[in-house]
Amino acid sequence: MTYEAVIGLEVHVQLKTATKLFCGCRNEFGAEPNSRVCPVCLGLPGALPVPNEAAVIQTILTGLMMGSSIRPRAKFDRKNYFYPDMPKNYQISQYDQPLCLGGEVSLPVLAFPKDAQKEPQALAGKKVRLVRIHLEEDVGKSFHLENCSGIDFNRAGTPLMEIVTEADLTTPEEAFALLTTIREILRYGKVSDVDMEKGQLRCDVNISVRPVGTEAFGTKREIKNLNSISAVRRALKHEIQSQIELVSSGGTVVQETLRWDDARGETIPMRTKEQAHDYRYFPDPDLLPIRTEGRLRTEAERRMPELPETKKSRLRETYGLSEYQASVLASDPPLADYFEKAARSTRNPLTLANLTLNDYLALRQDSPDPMSIPPEYFGQLADLVSDGTLNSRQGREVLAILIQAPRPPKEIAQERGLTQISDSQVLEEFCREAIAANPKSVADFKGGKAAAINSLKGFVMKKTRGQANPQRIHELLESLLREP
Amino acid sequence: MDHSVPTVGIDVAYVAGLARLRLSPEEIETFGNQLEQVLAYVKKLEEVDVQDVVLAGEEKGFQNRLRLDLALPELSPNEALENAPQQRGGLFLVPRIIE
Repeated sequence: MTYEAVIGLEVHVQLKTATKLFCGCRNEFGAEPNSRVCPVCLGLPGALPVPNEAAVIQTILTGLMMGSSIRPRAKFDRKNYFYPDMPKNYQISQYDQPLCLGGEVSLPVLAFPKDAQKEPQALAGKKVRLVRIHLEEDVGKSFHLENCSGIDFNRAGTPLMEIVTEADLTTPEEAFALLTTIREILRYGKVSDVDMEKGQLRCDVNISVRPVGTEAFGTKREIKNLNSISAVRRALKHEIQSQIELVSSGGTVVQETLRWDDARGETIPMRTKEQAHDYRYFPDPDLLPIRTEGRLRTEAERRMPELPETKKSRLRETYGLSEYQASVLASDPPLADYFEKAARSTRNPLTLANLTLNDYLALRQDSPDPMSIPPEYFGQLADLVSDGTLNSRQGREVLAILIQAPRPPKEIAQERGLTQISDSQVLEEFCREAIAANPKSVADFKGGKAAAINSLKGFVMKKTRGQANPQRIHELLESLLREP
Repeated sequence: MDHSVPTVGIDVAYVAGLARLRLSPEEIETFGNQLEQVLAYVKKLEEVDVQDVVLAGEEKGFQNRLRLDLALPELSPNEALENAPQQRGGLFLVPRIIE
């Protein structure tokens, strides 16, 4: 019997606000322990929470970006549990009236892991439905010491958005693609930096398996607190495998909460919060409901960005870019903006895209601000390359100089004597010389070894100190060699 | 126990477990009775006619009560930890958390 997995995700995202969700303490990573706290987030008696409107707007914006229905009325509830990472013994969350309901995220091919992009699952264009998006407060950070635990409440009360999906996913790769897509959308909306190192995206996954073709769900197990997209893929792979092995050998899956040990590549049952599924939610009497129509919603709509998928198809259509080129540009909105500005100054946006993705990105690695090149110079450089004045190596050279000291690229090329020789008569001389000097390669080529032409090309490039147009040489050599 | 008020039915041992409280059988009995009385008293609120009461947030002229995303002064770590039964290295110490 073959089995399939049924997977649902709960994605927790730290929002990019200046302050916490219910008090004015700074929302800041890496500060001295317990230095970003006040009576509200320490749960001291008599303190009253007041919601941060920026966090509410960002959650509504996320809902808009993911096609959710924004509820006109939302409220906050207390989720009760006894665990020292929250000083109040409850976490303020949203239970039955979240800010956003429903929604949908499509999985583009390039969101899948590289090794899976050619598989049918990556090409299917699957849509994953969302159950809801709600806003809650994050909990403190615990450190496990030898005989006790130490708590830092700096993170307690910072805004955390939870995106809950339907159990629409069937493979670890789809989960990977969903998280990659969500991360990109959130960055577009400037809702979160989604920095994994800082734990800004954490994920709980629910997994069960069932025989292919059946409808009923198997018993699910939950893996909590996965903190990177690739860890989610690895953990799912492992868990699906072990559930299938268990079920197909006649065993039954027991409902359980697990922790993933990424270093060891195994899941470990958690003993915490065992009975805590009884959270005894009730409306937080300290907080009024929130009405989203009016200013909150208008403000979220005003901040609505062009979404990644829209940008990709626009880049493809406007500039004739490939799916891959459009995706790489769209994954980096400032770069895409820069490309579009430069594209106004070139006749050949495709060459510009190649320059951007191959050379410019490489240079950016070690240059602090390559976008200091005026975009029109960058566009002009693309023209020099596309009309054959410069070959691609020379184009790279000019680009490197442009980053140091921006000037019109034509001037740089002339000064450095960096013009490509495209004059056929001149090139033909060099090609004849190459043929005369390399009888062996000529014989090889004529004997059927097409690659032998490369050593002749190399000869010409050397003679011209790299300034010959390689395309032209190739054509010339071929026609000369075919001469009877 | 006053039997004129309706009983609520509360599993004291279970709730005590959730709250990490260790109670003796006598305490479970005592607290059970007391909680029953308190909750039964509160339950009387269900008798109030709320048909004409407007739900919070639904009243005319309702305004959201939100704050701007602006920082306010925090406590210093010393102030924050002042009443902690145990502390070390700027952290609140608690019994070891088992994962």
